[in-house]
Amino acid sequence: MTYPPWLDDALYTYQNLIHSIGINGLLALAMYVVLAVGQLSLGQAAFMGLGAYSSALMTMQLGLPFWAVVPLSAVVPAAFALVIGLPTLRLSGVYLAIATIGLGEVLRAAYLNSDTLGGALGLSGIPEKAETWMIYAILAAAIAALWLVARSGIGRAMEAMREDATAAAVMGVNVVRYQMGALLASAVLAGIAGCLNAHVSSFIGPGEYGFEPAVTILSYALLGGIASPLGPVIGAAILTLLPEVLRGVGDFRLVLNGGIIVVAVLFLPGGLLPWRIRRRAA
Amino acid sequence: MTALLETAGLTRRFAGLVAVDAVDMRVAAGAIHAVIGPNGAGKTTLFNLISGIDQPSAGRITLGGQDITRLPAYRRAALGVARTFQNIRIFGAMTVLENVLTGLHPTLHATLPEVLFRLGRFRREEAASIVQARAALDLAGLANEAGLKASALAYGDQRRLEIARAMAGRPRLLLLDEPAAGLNPAETLALAVLIRRIRESGTTVLLVEHDMGFVMNISDAVTVLNFGRHIFDGAPLEVRQSPVVIEAYLGHKVAARLAEGATVGVRGA
Repeated sequence: MTYPPWLDDALYTYQNLIHSIGINGLLALAMYVVLAVGQLSLGQAAFMGLGAYSSALMTMQLGLPFWAVVPLSAVVPAAFALVIGLPTLRLSGVYLAIATIGLGEVLRAAYLNSDTLGGALGLSGIPEKAETWMIYAILAAAIAALWLVARSGIGRAMEAMREDATAAAVMGVNVVRYQMGALLASAVLAGIAGCLNAHVSSFIGPGEYGFEPAVTILSYALLGGIASPLGPVIGAAILTLLPEVLRGVGDFRLVLNGGIIVVAVLFLPGGLLPWRIRRRAA
Repeated sequence: MTALLETAGLTRRFAGLVAVDAVDMRVAAGAIHAVIGPNGAGKTTLFNLISGIDQPSAGRITLGGQDITRLPAYRRAALGVARTFQNIRIFGAMTVLENVLTGLHPTLHATLPEVLFRLGRFRREEAASIVQARAALDLAGLANEAGLKASALAYGDQRRLEIARAMAGRPRLLLLDEPAAGLNPAETLALAVLIRRIRESGTTVLLVEHDMGFVMNISDAVTVLNFGRHIFDGAPLEVRQSPVVIEAYLGHKVAARLAEGATVGVRGA
């Protein structure tokens, strides 16, 4: 795909940042779908890692074309979500958060000790096949899909579960099925984000999918709010841009970054975009 | 009359406590049936067992002859069991209309692709459920509040909203857990009118209530529980005169004095 010269220059200069904003937006949506059903499930970084590693192997070892690798990169994370889903969905609140973070750490240790996955060195030399337009096309499709779902009976059921899962069940909502569906959607989104990330940065390592990214992904949703799918995406964009904008303050930028999250949580409990989706006739 | 709901030997044990103890109950189709009893008698536990948010330790529950004992709550909702809660549990952040629409969840069958591409079935179901939800709001007298945030409603209106939400799917059985709690006398009267209208629309009503005047005035049949046990069944008039019931509420000393001819009535009766 060719761009006009000015756009080409901008894309080249800020390439990494532009890619990160889009990929982090997808991760923020992966967080949104589980929070939207009231589940504090923090496995997104782990799903992302599974998508990244499996897609890198598909490209490098199996030589699959990229158009096939992108959808296939969702398979391993989705299978993992199915396996961990039933036992972990019995948990709620912080217990679920701790369990899912723990699972992520288990996977990190597995990458670290696997020769096929490059151990501590990770995998390098992954062909840079993901284009900027692909990332944003997938992000746009994901936002649109989640928006349409939110504005339907499924979205009402999700919001009802978030407010009161017992009352939702009495209304006829199959709570476990929706929780499982949300977890699967989260795995698919994060897995594809991992695939895109592996194929823009050419290198992936076990350290990228541990505890810290799990919490960073949560902070996107905290800052943006989960009243609509747009909130977390905007949260991701701001938190990805901030460290760059704050380059001038040197080492204090991490402090400022953290401070902004604290202030957002304290003073904007609904996030930056607290406005609920408008539903038909509502 | 045929029974819509029957329980047989229904029992729920918690550690060291039998909250519901071998209850055999029959709720006639088309009735307004009250369950009364002192605090801790097991009334709410009984409702939790019938609606499926709690599982019995023993016994059976049948709805219209079908065994629903092992069905999860959402399946019972689809079969026509609806309820309200003692402490109101509306979805506060959603609008009044959206709350009622969630009560129609079992009527929505559109698949994910149909939802994503806004295909015919999705649009038909949404349109139909909005019509039905508005009808439920009309019934509860909340038509003008449809667009408000549910948590912004006054207390009495929140109670009515919870009933509207439960009635949206035209259930066969409506369980009302202390519907008159916290209502003023005028609101309680309006509630009685609403409950009669619900019965006329074909829904059987089973209610737990402490306001005896309200219970005696509205019910066709009354079941009395005490310490989880089913101690009496009968018409409101019989219940008021039953020595067992008076003893359960007032203790055996007062019951004995009453038997000797003293005149004390159950409050409001």
